[in-house]
Parts: sequence; structure tokens; C-alpha cells
Amino acid sequence: MSVKELSSKLKNRELKAVDLAMATFSKIEATESDLHSFISLRKEAALLQADSIDAKLDKGEELSPLAGIPITIKDNMNLRGEKTTCASKMLENFVSPFTSTAVQNLMDAGMVVVGKANMDEFAMGSSTENSAFGPSKNPWDLTRVPGGSSGGSASAIAAGQVPVSLGSDTGGSIRQPAAFCGISGFKPSYGRVSRYGLVAFASSLDQIGPFGRSVEDIAYVTEGLCSHDVHDATSVPAPAPQLVSALTKDVRGLRIAIPKELFSDEIDDGVKGPVYAALDVLKAKGAIVEEVSMQALVASIATYYIVAPAEASANLARFDGVRYTSRIKDAANLTEMFTKTRGQFFGKEVKRRIILGTYALSSGYYDAYYIKAQKARTLIKQSFDRVFANFDVVISPTTPSAAFKFGEHANSPDKMYIADLCTIPANMAGLPALSVPCGFDNGMPVGLQIIGKSFDEATVLRVGDAYQAFTDFHLAKPEAYA
Amino acid sequence: MTEFEVVIGIEVHAQLKTKTKLFSTAANNFGDDVNTNVTPVCLGMPGALPVLNKKAVEFAITAGLALDCEINLTSVFSRKNYFYPDLPKGYQISQFDLPICGLGHLDIDVDGVTKRIGITRIHMEEDAGKLLHQGADGIAGSTHSLVDLNRAGTPLIEIVSEPDMRSASEAKAYMVALREIVQHMGVCDGNMDQGSMRADANVSIRPVGQKEFGTRAEVKNLNSFRSLERAINVEVKRQKALILSGGTVIQETRNYDDATQSTTSLRGKADAHDYRYFPEPDLPPLIVTQDWFKTIKEALPEHPVAKRERYASELGLSQFEIKVLMGDIETDTYFNAAILVNTEIAPKEICKWVVGDINALLKETESSFSKTKLSSAHLAEMVDLILKGTISGKMAKDMIGKMAETGDAPAKLVDSMGGAQISDEGALLEAVKAVLDANLDVIEKIKNGKKQAAGFLMGQVMKATKGKAKPDLVSKLIFEEVKKR
Repeated sequence: MSVKELSSKLKNRELKAVDLAMATFSKIEATESDLHSFISLRKEAALLQADSIDAKLDKGEELSPLAGIPITIKDNMNLRGEKTTCASKMLENFVSPFTSTAVQNLMDAGMVVVGKANMDEFAMGSSTENSAFGPSKNPWDLTRVPGGSSGGSASAIAAGQVPVSLGSDTGGSIRQPAAFCGISGFKPSYGRVSRYGLVAFASSLDQIGPFGRSVEDIAYVTEGLCSHDVHDATSVPAPAPQLVSALTKDVRGLRIAIPKELFSDEIDDGVKGPVYAALDVLKAKGAIVEEVSMQALVASIATYYIVAPAEASANLARFDGVRYTSRIKDAANLTEMFTKTRGQFFGKEVKRRIILGTYALSSGYYDAYYIKAQKARTLIKQSFDRVFANFDVVISPTTPSAAFKFGEHANSPDKMYIADLCTIPANMAGLPALSVPCGFDNGMPVGLQIIGKSFDEATVLRVGDAYQAFTDFHLAKPEAYA
Repeated sequence: MTEFEVVIGIEVHAQLKTKTKLFSTAANNFGDDVNTNVTPVCLGMPGALPVLNKKAVEFAITAGLALDCEINLTSVFSRKNYFYPDLPKGYQISQFDLPICGLGHLDIDVDGVTKRIGITRIHMEEDAGKLLHQGADGIAGSTHSLVDLNRAGTPLIEIVSEPDMRSASEAKAYMVALREIVQHMGVCDGNMDQGSMRADANVSIRPVGQKEFGTRAEVKNLNSFRSLERAINVEVKRQKALILSGGTVIQETRNYDDATQSTTSLRGKADAHDYRYFPEPDLPPLIVTQDWFKTIKEALPEHPVAKRERYASELGLSQFEIKVLMGDIETDTYFNAAILVNTEIAPKEICKWVVGDINALLKETESSFSKTKLSSAHLAEMVDLILKGTISGKMAKDMIGKMAETGDAPAKLVDSMGGAQISDEGALLEAVKAVLDANLDVIEKIKNGKKQAAGFLMGQVMKATKGKAKPDLVSKLIFEEVKKR
């Protein structure tokens, strides 16, 4: 059921929020052993929350359309009194004393947080294989990854465990798992959703966003997420955009740019096919599609793997064994406490990126790596600026391939990094970007990416929603979880 | 024998006296219970983000303007990365290549000669927390250490000077002048013993006449004027001895120990930290709009130099009085509060008491102008009573001690101290006449030109009136009566 349907049933009291929450937990309990979408559940707190929503609805109080709707949040978002592990041994026992603004906004709207979703450790990865607590599975094929880093948030939606969820997206961590799991996933513009309480991976790229079956669901949740937050200096002082009302299902005259760099040989033909077919659908409904060249995007991955690890190397320095993290017991001195704690409780990929970022910032290498990457990032932004002077949206595949098998890229991080080829540019430029399912490659879902102008979430969601009005890929469910 | 010239540059960290910390809403308070002035931001909790304190920006700009610095309306915060248990995030948010203030200068006075010292820059940064070593005075010998993060995130400005000083006494004069600036501009309390102002000195020597600077050593941990002066002298002595014995000074960081009055190497150039500075992505560049800048300029407190001039020319204070007032912000604040109570009273009359008796009393009783029960309002009231002739200066001196002890108002004390001064001419004349009658020999002496003999008569009158007679009136009456006889 969609958010809209659930909301109306809750409002007219056909459905109780407590029953909806109970049903959600039943579904989770029935499927979780196969999928491992969650790191933790909060059944009692959720039921209490649902109960209080019911009380208000019984009294006929006018609540947000999100009131009573269950949601799961990625386990890198703080929720007071709950563990925030970031899928890391380092924070295995860390209980947060405060709630992130984005989550608080949704709870204020009455959403019921049922649990915290699995992810790659500290959001570093494209498969959830880097979770210290074991990977999540792709509901379409349990031998394949759900994508990452917000893999648990995506598998939970695809398997129908919860109607909507939150992820965070630094280089594609919402859109790539959405594509792999055949659902919709949205990264709003940088600054639109407060990052306060989101455990930082790369501060200048991180952005919280929702997953849902449909773009309409996403529009509801995004409206609830956005706010100007005085606790986040990078949050934009603008009111939340009106998104649900922008879903006009009309793409006539819409100008779509398709950058040839995002349709390169690195993209599987099995992915390109459905994406071109989707473009034909939009064209048939009155959109104008033109190929453009965005040369700067070629440097996206290289740029990303300087900027993100550099910021991460500093962001993860606070996990030092002194305060709230895990700590080794037998340190002989201070240096040993730092090094052994970090050596033992961080996973391999996290350590790889910390080393990478530390190196890129080191004296003597800073100009060659960090400064150069900043220049490349500026070129990527400018490249979008030029295209958006003449176009409304940029469309590409979300990922170069459909979901791969567990272990397939285990020994070649560069292969894994390519999974972010098409998604990184939107993070580099801070743009809103959406992935919607647009077909299948050998039975596995394929995603279509729609990138919009900065703070033009409305157009991006309008195009995605219109596409879903013309097609029904978003309604397809994996057989085992239908 | 080679003559050496000493070259000194100084870096001063001054804590800004904002209500809250640089990037969080926690109170910026010294001396509270450990780990009470902390928020998730101060603790470096995962997901916490810094938000810049605007008041700190205003204070930094105020300091910059007072030091004639160029103000950079766009400046950038950077992360300075290193691991230490008192640094909760594993990096310090500081300013690196784009600080808030650029070139400026400060004039110092050394033995009556004015010298201009260049300011290289002022940048804003957050302070670290504190380690409390257990089982020993310092880290050496301690069994373990506890972390207090109350100070973590306290706003600091680091004021970096040019290498313009040539002696330890110039360095001290610079520090004194700088303290006066930050105190009187209202940006820092200047309490060096509490660590509100801390100095590091870059010290080098070179043969007189040589243009190039010698290799410098950075001497840390200079937390009083005295230790600054001593440390520099000690370090200069070390470097001279080293060079004269054929050695070379190496670039390093040295720690000064006031107990042993020596410096020891902390780390050499090879061990220098690579801080991996990069722009702080959680904070957009700091842009000070023209409007904001204008507001700050308009609200600028009086510059100490202007204040000194005004004290001399408008208030008629002596150079000594000015020195005492300017040397301690509490004294100056007290004085300025007192002169506002009753503007009929000449500030000089107030100042006399502030700088003189009260100052001495507070030192003696180990109190201070901010702590004493003798309020500035009561002082003004007391001076008013003197000027009106209600009490004598002598009575006032006694009264000060009582006021500081009890906090009572002068009017109340007048009675308990035996009543007001006798300034009624008729009443006094009786007493004068009686004394004269009993001392005819003294009258003779006076008539023979020994005017100072009147002092004896004066004393007798005072004795007779229990010290309450108005002295100038008694003096006048004695001479009038002597003439008559």
C-alpha cells in the first residue's frame, strides 16, 4: 500500500497505527532471517509511538499525512536512547544521547520508527558486504547484494518489510541500492535536509534521503524531511518545498539531457536497453531528449575517491577509544590505545579509505591530490551549470550493472568503486537525483537516474512520478515477497 | 667576542569571553565541575555539527580593529588534524590560509621609547579540553589521566606577531600592551593564571649586523609576564652558549619549566606534526557583510590609547593613576562605574581613593575590585560626604575598611562611627579657644614665625573633638584666633 492509501485508511480509522506497526513487525520477523535488512528493531517504542498517534487520530486531530506510517532509518542516524552502530564494531555499544534533525522531523510528523537498517560500515561501500554485522540480501535474488551503502534500507522496502525508509547518499548510497532492489530512492539537494545527527562520512557530499516503492511515497517523506536547521551550518534557510502537489504527471516540453559519458562502454548493454526504452516512453509523452557531452564527469570517480576519503579521514578521527567507542583493553601507552583500538574495531574498507584520505591530505601531496580534486569538482559543477542552462533534467542509468553477486568484487575495490560511476556527479555538484526502476536485466532490476537543478526537487520528482504513471516497473515485486 | 642580537616573535592565545562556546551552545565558564559545560558538539559525538558563534566573530574583529589589522570579510575555517585525548573530534577547527585578520601593529613602550611591533595575523580557533593526571602532578609518574572537556570548544584568537622584538623586556612590554588591548576592548578577561591568555615565543639570535635570522626555537608554556621574560632570557643564554661552543641551534619546540628555569626539547623539526589542514566542510566560508562590519565598528569600545589620553586631558588623572587603572581591567571597570554614580563629583576625587587606599586595602586583604563588598556606588557616596564636609578624609580612611568588611552604606557608618564631622564654626571655635588658652607658649612661637607649630594645636583640637573636627576649618580658626591675640 502506498503512503497515501495508508494515510487515508489511518485517518478514516479503517486502520489503526498500532495494527499497522504490528503487521510491519510480523512481516519483518517472517523475512528478516533471509534478508538481514536491520541492525536493530525498536518494537516497544514504536508501538507506544503508534498508540499515541491512534489516540490523536481517534480524537480527530488534524495530523500530517505521514502520521502513523512506519519507517526504518539507516543505522548512521542518531535516535535518542537507541544504538547508532554505523554497522561498525567501533560503535557496537554506542547509545546516542540525541536525535538527528531529519529523524526528529519525521517523528514530529508522527512517523513510527520501527528500526535501524543495515549498511556498509560508516556508509563506505556499495553492497553492505562491509557491514560488521553481516550483509543484507537482495530480495530479488538472495545470492546477490542489495547495493550499498544503504542496502538494508533498500532491501526492507523491496521485500515489503516497511513502506518507506531513510538512507544517506554520499556517492550513490541511496540511488544505487534503490536501482539494485527495484525501488525508488531519492537524494535531495545538498543543504535541503539537515545533516545534524547523521554520522558523517564525507561532510560536503552526505545527504539524507528516502526510499519508497513509488515517487509519490518519496514526495511525501521528502516534504517531511526538509527543514532549515540552525544546528547544521550547511542547511539552507528555505522552507520545505511543496512536492506532492508538484506531481502533475505531465512531461510535455520537458527538456532531457543525456550525457554520453554516462552511457559509456562501462555501462552494461543490459542496463542501457531499459534506460533507452524509458527515454522513449518520456519522449512519446512529449519530452525532448538530446544527447550532450559532459567531459568533466569522466573524472568523477577519481575526484570522489580523493574528496570523500580526505573528509572521512578527519570525520572518523573522533573514534579514538577515549570516550564512547569500543576500546582495546591492553594498551601500554596512549599511542597504542589509539592505534590498536582503530586497528581492531574498524573494518578493512574503512581503514583503506582513512589511509587513502590521510595520504591525499599529507604535506607534499595535498596540492597534487586534494587541491586538484577540488578543481575537478568545480569543473563537474560548471559542466552541470552549462547543461542546465538549456535542459530541465539530466537522465542516465543509475548504475553500470544490475546487482552483482556476493563476493564478486571482494578482491578488487576499483571494480566496486565503478558501481558509483553514474551517481557520484550529483553529489559532487550537490544536485537532487532520483533513481526509479525502469526494467530488468536477466531478472534483476535496472534503475533510471533523474538529476535536477539545485533545489529543484519538484521537477525531478515530477518526472519520476510521471514515468511511473506511464509504466509499472515500480509495482513489480520479487516473487518470494510479493 | 661576537655580539648577538636577539630576535623574538610571539604567538598569543586569548580566550574570548563569550557566553557560549565557539561552535556549541555550552557555557563558556572557567572553574565549573568537570564535564558539565558540554554538549554533543563539545564531546565530538558522532553526528554532531559545529555552528559558529557570531559573538566570537565580533570579538575577533574587535581585537583586529584595535590592533589596526586588515579585516578579511571572507575567511575560512580549516581542520587541523591530530590525535590527543583532550581533542574530542581528532581535529581542531581553526583558521589556516584565510584568517579573519591580516597585517596590523601594536605600539609598545620600553623605557619611555615607543616601538611599533608588527602583527602578522589573528585567527579564530577552538580550545582543547584538559587532561587531569592522576597520582602525580604531571603526566610523568601518573597512573592514569582523566579528561575534562569543559574547556573544549572555548573560543580563542591566536595573535601572531612579526619577529620584531629584540629583548625579553620588549617581549614583556608587548604582552602587557596586548593584554591591555584585549581587556579594554572587552574581548578577553586577560587572566593569565587561569590560562585565558597564553604565550609561545619564537626565539633566535644572530650576530649583530647579520641580515638573515638565526634558526629559531619555539618556547611554549609561558603563562605569566615573568615566565615569558625569564624563559626568553634562559633560551637566549642557551643559544649563545651553544653557538659559542661551536654548535648550531636546531629548529624545535621547547618547553619552559618555571620551577627549574630551563627549557627542554619537546620535539624537533623531523617530529613536527603534519596537521593535514583542509577547509572545514561543515562550515561555509565566514562572510562578514558590510552591514555587520559597520555595526561592529560602531559598537567598538574605546581604545586603550584613546582612554589614556582622555584620562589625562579630560579627567586630569596623573600618569601614575592612569597606569594603575589601565594595568588592571577590574580596577578600571570599578572606577568607571563609580564616576557614573554621581557625575557632580570630579572623577579625580574618586580615582584618588580607587588607586590609593582601596587598592592597598584589597591587596592587603587578598580581595579584588570585583569581589569586594565595597561597592562603587558606596565609594561615590563616601566621596560625596567628604566633599560636603560631612566626614573628614581621616574618617573616610577608617570607613573604607568597614565598608569592605560589612558592605554597609557610608551614611549608616557615619553614625556608628561616632557621628558626622564637626563643621559648625561656632562649635569648633569653642574648642580652638580652649586649646589656645592652654598653650600660650605655642601662640608665641607662631607669632615668632614658626608656623608649623600650629600643627600641635591642630592635633590638640582634634583630640578634643575625637577626630571629628573639620581640619581645614580648624586650621583657619587657629590662625584667625592667634592673630587676635
